[in-house]
Amino acid sequence: MLARLARARTGGLAALVAVVALLPLALTNNYHYEVAIVVGLNAIVCVGLNLLIGYAGQISLGHAGFYGLGAYGSAILTVRYGWPPAAALVASTAGAAALAYLVGRPILKLRGHYLAMATLGMGIIISIVIATEDRVTGGPDGMAVAPFAVLGFTLAGERVWYWVIGAALALAVWLSLNLIDSPAGRALRALHGSEVAAQVAGVDPARYKVLAFVISAVFAAVAGSLTAYYAGFITPAKASFLHSIELVTMVVLGGLASTFGAVIGAAVLTTLPQVLTLLKDYEMMVFGAVLMLCMIYLPRGLVPTIADALARRRR
Amino acid sequence: MSFDVRPGSVHSIIGPNGAGKTTLLNLLNGIYAPSAGRIVYDGRDLTGTAPHRFAAAGIARTFQNLQIFFNMSALENVLVGGHLHARCGLAAALLRLPGRTAAEDAYRAQALELMRFVGVEEYAAAPADALPYGALKRLEIARALAARPKLVLLDEPAAGLNPTETAAIDELIKRLATAGVTVILVEHNMRLVMGVSDHIVVLDYGKKLTEGTAEEVRNDPRVIEAYLGAAAAET
Repeated sequence: MLARLARARTGGLAALVAVVALLPLALTNNYHYEVAIVVGLNAIVCVGLNLLIGYAGQISLGHAGFYGLGAYGSAILTVRYGWPPAAALVASTAGAAALAYLVGRPILKLRGHYLAMATLGMGIIISIVIATEDRVTGGPDGMAVAPFAVLGFTLAGERVWYWVIGAALALAVWLSLNLIDSPAGRALRALHGSEVAAQVAGVDPARYKVLAFVISAVFAAVAGSLTAYYAGFITPAKASFLHSIELVTMVVLGGLASTFGAVIGAAVLTTLPQVLTLLKDYEMMVFGAVLMLCMIYLPRGLVPTIADALARRRR
Repeated sequence: MSFDVRPGSVHSIIGPNGAGKTTLLNLLNGIYAPSAGRIVYDGRDLTGTAPHRFAAAGIARTFQNLQIFFNMSALENVLVGGHLHARCGLAAALLRLPGRTAAEDAYRAQALELMRFVGVEEYAAAPADALPYGALKRLEIARALAARPKLVLLDEPAAGLNPTETAAIDELIKRLATAGVTVILVEHNMRLVMGVSDHIVVLDYGKKLTEGTAEEVRNDPRVIEAYLGAAAAET
């Protein structure tokens, strides 16, 4: 049984790598690649956010803020200060991690609705700063970003970026699976299961909640930074409250406490609006209805519900 | 309120409902902070510190109303119990470094051993929410033991169990004491208490009524009065 769990883990990762490797056969034009890349970027954020929401059981309605910090940090450091792109990526991610640590220490003492409000406030502050500091960030008009060049090579074009983001997503999933299956990951999940029992077993709740918050902020900031380099132009919309809500919805739809659920949730919620554009005026109505129906009939999310159904049939 | 606890022996705390037994346990592992007085364990003053510091000092416990991690497997529940002994760097965890995998195998082997000790090894890989009530009670004990405690607080381990399961708990407590673990037991099942305790403290309205061996306590008129009311003691 333990061996079977280990197989399920590596099997899932292998399936993800296979999908990333084979998907280009189905992608016929640049627009398809563009959608696939955005799916990958959102999935990276969701895999991190799922560690916080799904595993540690702490809500955040402000993660688009960290995403925005990664994006704008990289853009500003490269364009205004002439930093090399790789260094700007690392520095802006470190900045987001530091902010998550400083903000996380006090606010993760809060629970439930209060934590939601505090993270919401943090996200809104970041997005307001980005939108109003227009001399540095370009304000609501956004700003152009230099392309990602390292050792003389420049990453350009959808096809190149597809492989970069695909590899980054596989790495994010691998890191997440490793963490969950370690003493630190079990401590996180234990806090979700019973905080008092976890404490009595020696788990320091503050330490592990902040750890999950910082790691999820790092995932979001890296994805934000990659988005900036890939798109070549960023606007404050990606750092907005609305995007935070979208990210949480992806995690919940895919299935809480399921790393692959986070990927599937990101894939469904990113591609669905693209497909639904065929419906023109009814697009948002159908989109909302799909979400409501999923939550009513699949309250545990897509992946856990489907995995359970398959396991039951096999028995 | 004061009583002595000798290492490697079983101490029971009994008293009518609302006497403050669980409150006392909650004070003894930091879930509540005392409004007055101090809690000193093994020469260390733990007054007002968080529960995880009490755990680090060697105090583990189980809960009257189960506090199982239902989002994890039974084995993982026990693994969390050993959290303090599972030192693992974040980088090693994230990158799945080879040394970590070996350590992880050792933790699993130890956790399985404890599950065997309390008699729930058949459920090792099962999700915790698939276990029957009696097995969950014992799983909590295995989780507490995984911390390798010097003192373990058992809060009504036999509550809701049938006589066979209670006998298994009785046996388990005796084996714990033999293994050198000090046990503080809160329990309503008097047969269990009288059978396993080296020393019994009787609480009533948050105060110590009396203490002594099972024999002494059983024959104390004040104990009968506290449980059954003054009228019963007079007749």
